[in-house]
Order: sequence, then C-alpha cells, then structure tokens
Amino acid sequence: MKKKGNKGLPPISTASLPDVIFMILFFFMVSTTMRDQELLVRYKLPEATEVQKLEKKSLASYIHIGQPSLAMQAQFGTAPKIQLNDSYRTTKDILDFIAAERDKLNEADRASMTVVLKADANTKMGIVTEVKQELRRANALKISYAASKSLGY
Amino acid sequence: MPVDKRKVQEINAGSMADIAFLLLIFFLVATTMNVDTGLVRVLPPMPPENQKQEDIKVKERNLFLVLVSGSGNIMVGTPNNQEFTDLHQVKDRTKEFILNPMDDENLPEKTAKEIELADGSKWVYPESQGVVSLQTTLETDYQTYIMVQNELTRAFNEVRDEVAMQKFGKKFSELEKEDRDAVSKAVPLKISEAEPRNIKKQ
Repeated sequence: MKKKGNKGLPPISTASLPDVIFMILFFFMVSTTMRDQELLVRYKLPEATEVQKLEKKSLASYIHIGQPSLAMQAQFGTAPKIQLNDSYRTTKDILDFIAAERDKLNEADRASMTVVLKADANTKMGIVTEVKQELRRANALKISYAASKSLGY
Repeated sequence: MPVDKRKVQEINAGSMADIAFLLLIFFLVATTMNVDTGLVRVLPPMPPENQKQEDIKVKERNLFLVLVSGSGNIMVGTPNNQEFTDLHQVKDRTKEFILNPMDDENLPEKTAKEIELADGSKWVYPESQGVVSLQTTLETDYQTYIMVQNELTRAFNEVRDEVAMQKFGKKFSELEKEDRDAVSKAVPLKISEAEPRNIKKQ
C-alpha cells in the first residue's frame, strides 16, 4: 500500500548551480585564448591531412590573406587583401611588420619565430608567392601554411 | 554597546549563479578556442642582392619537378621527362623518388650518412640526394597548392615511418625525441619552393 502524501514534490535545490557554472567557467578560461585582433578579411582555410599543431602560440605572427569582410566590401571591393595587425597592408609593409614582430620577442626566441599564413583557399598563388618572397627578404624563414585538419579527400 | 547574541545572518547566495553566468558569457564571447594547425615549412634564405647569383647545380636525376598549372593540372617528373598525373599518384611517385628502392639510374643517388644515435652508437643510412621542386603559376589556387604540399608531406612522413619501423620498430610519431631527430636527419624534408635556376645536364 502506498502512503499518500499530500505535499507536492520538494523543490530541487539550486545551491550547487553556482559551482557547476564556475566549473564550466574555469574550463573556458583555461582552454581558450583571448581574441587578439579583429579580422578584416574573410577566409576559409584549405584542408590538409598532414597538418601539425603550432607549437608555441606566443612565437607566432599572423598574416591574413583573403577577400575583405562583408562590411568592408563596399569600400575596398572584393579583390584579395593582406591584413597585418589591424589594417589592410601591401606586400611592401611586410618587412616592417616582421621587424616589429621580432622586436616584441626575447632575443632567445627570435630564431624560432613562426609566421602563420592564413590564406583563403581560393586565393591565387600570385599573391601568396609575393608574400613568401617578402618573408624571405625579411629573413623570417619559418612559416606555417595554416590549414584545417581533414580526414582525407 | 548592545551585543548581538544572535547568529550572524547568512549572506544570500542566490545571485551567485547569475554572476557566474555573466562571467561565463564574457569568456565565451571574448576568447577563441581554435587550435592553429598547418603545414610547417622553412623557406630558403634570400641571396644577398649585390652578390652575383650562383647557379644552383642539381643533377638531373636528383631533381623531381612537380608543376601545378593554373587550372589545377599536375605534372611530375625529371626536367626532361614530365607527365600529367592525378593528385592521388603524387604521393607514390614522390615516395619512389625518395626511396629509389631498386637503385635505378634515373632516380636520385644516395650517399652514406653517419648519424649519431642517442645511445652514442653510429647509424649509417644511405641518404637520398633528391630534391623535390614544387613550382606553381600565378593562377594556381591556394587550395590546390596546399593539397599538393600535403601529398608531398605525406610521402615524406610515410618514408620516415618506414625507416623508423626498420630501425627502431616503432612508428615515427611514437619515437623518443632523439630517435625522431635521427630519422629526420636520415630523411630530410627536401622540398624546394624556389626554383633552382639552371639545371646542369650530366
């Protein structure tokens, strides 16, 4: 025989909710990095299977190549652009950019500075080759062609 | 002064969850989680401009050209003998070129290289003298270029795996750092992206 209770269900205690949320918060704080620059170009990275993880993010400098983002297209059109730091630049500015990036690092780390080329998959090689030549001139020889990991094609 | 004998009132912690939610949302918006992955390469240094450029002499049999045209067609072969190939064959052709298993005269020569191992012993490996030269036109798509680079990397990785398997009985990625360096020395990643200017005929 069941005992009839005339009381309703007791309310679920929410006392541990802050702890749960704090745990999620700490997970995100540890596993993510701050967004450091705003993207002015749109790109979809090419895919590759043999990609390697970038070893030290602090030693990386980024060069973005791609179409201007939607908000910027009215002003700059849709021809591919190079973004260094927070503005559109031409290949001539890469020398200064690399010099500035190198100055930010410790002397011991300068040799292992890596330049990450984030270029849109539909970019033509012409602009990429120009950037590469400019990087050789700037003596920034370690580069990484950013690509997303795929399982094969 | 009147002394409050009652218990200290508890602070209401009901809004703690809201505060934590706010912080959580801030971090969700302000951070990124993507891991940067990519194909790592080392560019050749720029020769000094005032110096007369020396011709890089590479024997024909030691050179493996991979040309990618603007429309995405791929040609591979020695400087005098090239043929169209499919992307899927690039890897096997490259592996054959690096390994030269039959010591073919038209494939690269090998020189014995002495590599010091972690335990102090010497390991003599016939290192291939071959150089893979990747050339593109200005019109080639970056995606195609990366796909070809990927195939070349895969060829080198597979050769390294095989060598590591023979020597150490493990895959390349499972080796200790010292052994991995030794295998990397035995099979260096020789992919040239700047075209050798003149090809010396022999």
